[in-house]
Amino acid sequence: MANEVWVVLQHREGQISRISWETVGAAQKLAATLGSKAEAVLLGSGVGLAAAEVAKSDLAAVHVADHDALRAYTPGAYIGALASTIQSAAPAFVVFPHTYQTVDYMARLAQAVGAGLLPQVTAFQGEGGDLLWTRPVMSGKLQAKVRVKGEGTVLVSVQSGAFPADGVVRGEAPVKPLEVDLAAVKPDREILGYEEVGGDTVDLTKAEIIVAVGRGVGGADKMAPVEALAKALGAEIGASRPVIDNGWLPRDRQIGSSGQTVAPKLYVAAGISGAIQHLVGMKGSSVIVAINKDPGAPIFTVADYGIVGDLHEVLPALTEAVRAAKG
Amino acid sequence: MKIAVCIKQVPNTEARLRVRRDGRWLEEEDLPFIINESDEYALEEGLRIAEKTGGEVVVFSLGPDRVREALRKALAVGAARAVHLADPAFAGGDALATGRALAAALKRDSFDLVLTGSQSDDVGYGGTGSVVAGHLGWPHVWLVMGVELEEGNRAAKVTREMESGVNEVSRVQLPAVLEIQAGLNHPRYASLKGIMAAKKKEIATATPADLGLDAAQVGEAGSRLEIVSVAFPASGKGAQILQGDAKAAATALVEKLQKEARVL
Ligand SMILES: Cc1cc2nc3c(=O)[nH]c(=O)nc-3n(C[C@H](O)[C@H](O)[C@H](O)COP(=O)(O)OP(=O)(O)OC[C@H]3O[C@@H](n4cnc5c(N)ncnc54)[C@H](O)[C@@H]3O)c2cc1C
Ligand SMILES: Nc1ncnc2c1ncn2[C@@H]1O[C@H](COP(=O)(O)O)[C@@H](O)[C@H]1O
Repeated sequence: MANEVWVVLQHREGQISRISWETVGAAQKLAATLGSKAEAVLLGSGVGLAAAEVAKSDLAAVHVADHDALRAYTPGAYIGALASTIQSAAPAFVVFPHTYQTVDYMARLAQAVGAGLLPQVTAFQGEGGDLLWTRPVMSGKLQAKVRVKGEGTVLVSVQSGAFPADGVVRGEAPVKPLEVDLAAVKPDREILGYEEVGGDTVDLTKAEIIVAVGRGVGGADKMAPVEALAKALGAEIGASRPVIDNGWLPRDRQIGSSGQTVAPKLYVAAGISGAIQHLVGMKGSSVIVAINKDPGAPIFTVADYGIVGDLHEVLPALTEAVRAAKG
Repeated sequence: MKIAVCIKQVPNTEARLRVRRDGRWLEEEDLPFIINESDEYALEEGLRIAEKTGGEVVVFSLGPDRVREALRKALAVGAARAVHLADPAFAGGDALATGRALAAALKRDSFDLVLTGSQSDDVGYGGTGSVVAGHLGWPHVWLVMGVELEEGNRAAKVTREMESGVNEVSRVQLPAVLEIQAGLNHPRYASLKGIMAAKKKEIATATPADLGLDAAQVGEAGSRLEIVSVAFPASGKGAQILQGDAKAAATALVEKLQKEARVL
């Protein structure tokens, strides 16, 4: 019916991921504003223990599709398992954790079932049928408020870190098998394996101080002030994605959703705008310093201290000041 | 191989952004536009595959007249021709509406491979390519970091990025839609010769009617999402901004880090 909320959980070998718990909390909150109770869906093979874990939440049910074809994720099998159920039950919302797995199939699922697609939300406000959703646009430089129009199910994904993982309301939910017929699903993608990116990588997670540099540095040949500051601070050098993509630093220095997740006691971000994919990798740092020539850069919203200016002037001055302070 | 690449023109993120008077989107006057970052990589990958297999690249872009500049740039680096989905009705589409329109345009020709970027840097739905694949009935892979052709170009071994430094390696049968992630190659620059040659290349235009679509199925009318407003993020607790010239600010910062934050 028009107020049902489903939440599709992601897990790794039966371990429910942190962002999935955040998403359960978000779905519970959403269901409450619609006057219903959320229901969870778990896809996989041999996921009984995970289902029991989820069932300790305040949910109307935990629907489990336990099937050999769902052991490894493929979009064909996942869409196959979810499409007919969504079409027949027509919930108002199906909520997903915004992960690289979900994004891979969610849009196609929406297209297949004729649902709306609302990716990467960070908040919602409002009542009943009149909800306003918040999501980042312009790589996080702006926040958009979005409304859903028209009739029918909407698939929503929830940005990691937007809702608290410990925000799940506890309770007891019945576990129910979800019948899926995957015989007809032809694998659209034959999984050959999984590989680690770069074998003996620099482990930035152990660094106490990180000087991270972004596209604002301007080139591989302009890295000297970054290196000098890192040396003065005894820090490791990290980077945002474009620095790596441009080949200015090796891939093992990347921080963010597809790089390393770090939480040093001091993180200096120079010439980094603060896109969400970067923030998820460093916002756990104890103290964050941002140096950016744009006072409106979103990095300043998570930083403790900021200097607005050209990093090519600020970093040498900072190096001097650190050296002077250390004597 | 005959390859289509979908490129979107987006505001340059380096530019100073201003919110439009009605609050619903950016003020586009004086706003510089560029080809979406991951689409640049998709275009380069398409050109490389076409060169290797002796084929051609056709570029598609949906948007107002300004997107012809992006298409012209793609022609200058080596695309053979371009298709511009040009009609006010196309504007303001979500991933489903834009994907529907692009798929209809792609269907008028026959391609062995369609490449898109993984995510647009403006609205960032991360799904338009997957929607295109759904309409074409082809396999898709999102966030592609490597493509190797196999089986006499009838299949591809595709490396897909996942979180935390792991890649998924899979094989897909072609034709397929591959949604390219930034960083998998090094996009080329246009040569003077390329720029001159591009002037003679064709940019075809297509309206919803040309694609057999009703105006109500595309753009804002055909979308489930409606952007009500955009705003700069509220600064949360916000950073303490240290004032003065570089030297003064740096000295003040080090003092704060020592005495207040106690991390030095
Ligand atoms: C699926 C996916 C995964 C991603 N994974 C990651 C990831 O793991 N890590 C990551 O970082 N990004 C990731 N990204 C990219 C992310 O969305 C942003 O594009 C990226 O973080 C931006 O990097 P940046 O801040 O260095 O560059 P920009 O956003 O271009 O910002 C450059 C900044 O430098 C400032 N600047 C310019 N010149 C100067 C100067 N002289 N002095 C001071 N400041 C200056 C500018 O004001 C601007 O704020 C991912 C994107 C996608 C779609
Ligand atoms: N208006 C458009 N014209 C051409 N391609 C587009 C357009 N919008 C999106 N795309 C393609 O779809 C990809 C993903 O966009 P999005 O779903 O908006 O994140 C982009 O990287 C482009 O390759």
